[in-house]
Amino acid sequence: MTTPRTGSTLLRHLAGAVLAGTLVVLLTNQLPPYENLQVARVCAFLCVTAGHTVLVGLNGQLSLGHGALMATGAYTVALVQRGLDERAVGGGWWVLPGSLLAAVAVTALGGLVVGLAAARLRGPYLAGVTLAVATLVPAVTTIFTGVFNGEQGLRFPAQAPPAALGPYFQPERWLAWIALAAALLTMLLLANLVRSRYGRSLRAVRDDEVAARLAGIPVARTQVLAFVVSAGCAGLGGGVYAVLTATVAPGKFPLDLSLFLLMAIVIGGLGSLAGAVWGALLLVALQDLPALLTEHLDLSTGLAQRLEGNLALAVFGLILIVVMLAAPGGLQGGVRALATRLRAAVRRAPDR
Amino acid sequence: MQRFWFLTFDGLAAGAVYAAFALALVLIWRAARVVNFAQGAMAVATAYVGYAVVGATGSYWLGLAAAVLAGLALGALVERVLMRFVGPAGPLNQVIVALGLVLLVQAVLGMVFGNGYRPAPAPFDTDALTVGGVAALSPYDLWVLGAALTVVALLALLFTRTPVGLRMRAAAFAPEVSRLLGVSVGRMLTLGWALAAGVGALAGMLVVPTGLGLHPHAMDLVFVVAFTAAVVGGLDSPVGAVVGGLLVGLILSYVTGYLGPDTTPLAVLVLLLAVLLVRPGGLFSAARARHV
Repeated sequence: MTTPRTGSTLLRHLAGAVLAGTLVVLLTNQLPPYENLQVARVCAFLCVTAGHTVLVGLNGQLSLGHGALMATGAYTVALVQRGLDERAVGGGWWVLPGSLLAAVAVTALGGLVVGLAAARLRGPYLAGVTLAVATLVPAVTTIFTGVFNGEQGLRFPAQAPPAALGPYFQPERWLAWIALAAALLTMLLLANLVRSRYGRSLRAVRDDEVAARLAGIPVARTQVLAFVVSAGCAGLGGGVYAVLTATVAPGKFPLDLSLFLLMAIVIGGLGSLAGAVWGALLLVALQDLPALLTEHLDLSTGLAQRLEGNLALAVFGLILIVVMLAAPGGLQGGVRALATRLRAAVRRAPDR
Repeated sequence: MQRFWFLTFDGLAAGAVYAAFALALVLIWRAARVVNFAQGAMAVATAYVGYAVVGATGSYWLGLAAAVLAGLALGALVERVLMRFVGPAGPLNQVIVALGLVLLVQAVLGMVFGNGYRPAPAPFDTDALTVGGVAALSPYDLWVLGAALTVVALLALLFTRTPVGLRMRAAAFAPEVSRLLGVSVGRMLTLGWALAAGVGALAGMLVVPTGLGLHPHAMDLVFVVAFTAAVVGGLDSPVGAVVGGLLVGLILSYVTGYLGPDTTPLAVLVLLLAVLLVRPGGLFSAARARHV
């Protein structure tokens, strides 16, 4: 089973990451500020959805608490950066990667706690517990107001582009690059993980725990580790998300966010990293569609106010149900089927 | 001490609603092995219907009846149109479909009624009566307690004393055998969903006036608490759901009263984890070998 292909897999993924990175950097050089911020948000969400889809799709553990994990990462970044700033040691190049690393570590630790409980729970029980975790964010920030500043949330110094890029460098482009780096790193690590021996264990545990155990896979440890990895990704995504606006507040991480994350990976295609990209795009579209809609349709203010946010949600909720009933592969499943059909058509063509 | 008694009565009244709501979850779990994560959203939808009728007719009782009827219809609809087709591909898919329903229902409610809080007046006085110098239950609390316990008793009668109840239990426990004996399992499933959603609608109508008012997300936390109550009692046990509901109501009332309302979600999570880790089947579960 030891594969001589391992090296080539790593190289292939690296090449893919470099290619995707170059394309997005070229794209950001053309885009105006707001669009660059959207690119940055897609990349931040991609960190979260990629980790989430590995946990739910490949390991079969349904987490509804990833919004809370994002919040953990975001608050860690805010607290670390504020702490450094108050002690007047902020401003170095290492502050950003350092705080993001701290966010990953703290969230992974939180994931370990939840994961240890999760490894003993199944299906609806796990979903219920993680749902309870998702409702915690506003409560915790209010109880420990001294640390988290309650409803108001925290501000920290905004991320300015380094001087080496010149005085007129677009700040949003720099933010997009930061988020892009985080997303590429996450995708690269997860892509290799999914293809590894450990990735196969994940799927084996999902499909049949008894068989996996008989094959010598430590089921509980695999589940806990999946939760920790997924939580770390969510923490990184949440941290980057906080960096984009240089603020955190409990209102940004409502219960709905956790449901949206699940919706995104299901519609994108559960268990597929490419599907996670679709999901991240969808999440940003969900945030931006309402404004677009009310702008272009000439509606009365009352109606516009009621449709704002709700219409997109209703449509996506409906799509979620339809996807689950009719096309469990999601968007990526559709793309894959289309590609297969095209390839078959191309193969058939020369015969004629 | 006075405060303790006040919190006890308050907790019992809140617990009665959690009990009814948990009972709705247990009904569906026993019938279909599905935890209906859309229960809260469905109950809110029926409460909107109920209060629309209250607003139009001025009668709380007509509104209550309308809400329960809407609940019965919605439950049957959800089962016939959605849940029947999810298939046995594991609990994951059913939960995800239910969550999709949550998003859809809340969004539609927001579109039709707006995202703001709407007043939901209680039919009785909500100020506590004082008995012997102790602030005890309000008339509304008494009504909540009475209504919830009546529903529990009626459901118990239905399941243990009527032919329909027997058929529903048979269809849940041995679908194949029941089908051979001429029980329409599909119809029993629809009936189970309808009943559960009806009970959920009643619980929703009871709980909404005690909160901030009618809102698409009014039941989010109530659902999590009711789920905890059902887990505390054991998802398989109707008696457990009632005891679990009252117990959780009491515990949360003490926690909220002595530690502040912000600690409620934390207390719910701790309680849920404690029960699931120590006694995963719930307090009322029969001992059973653990499936790996």
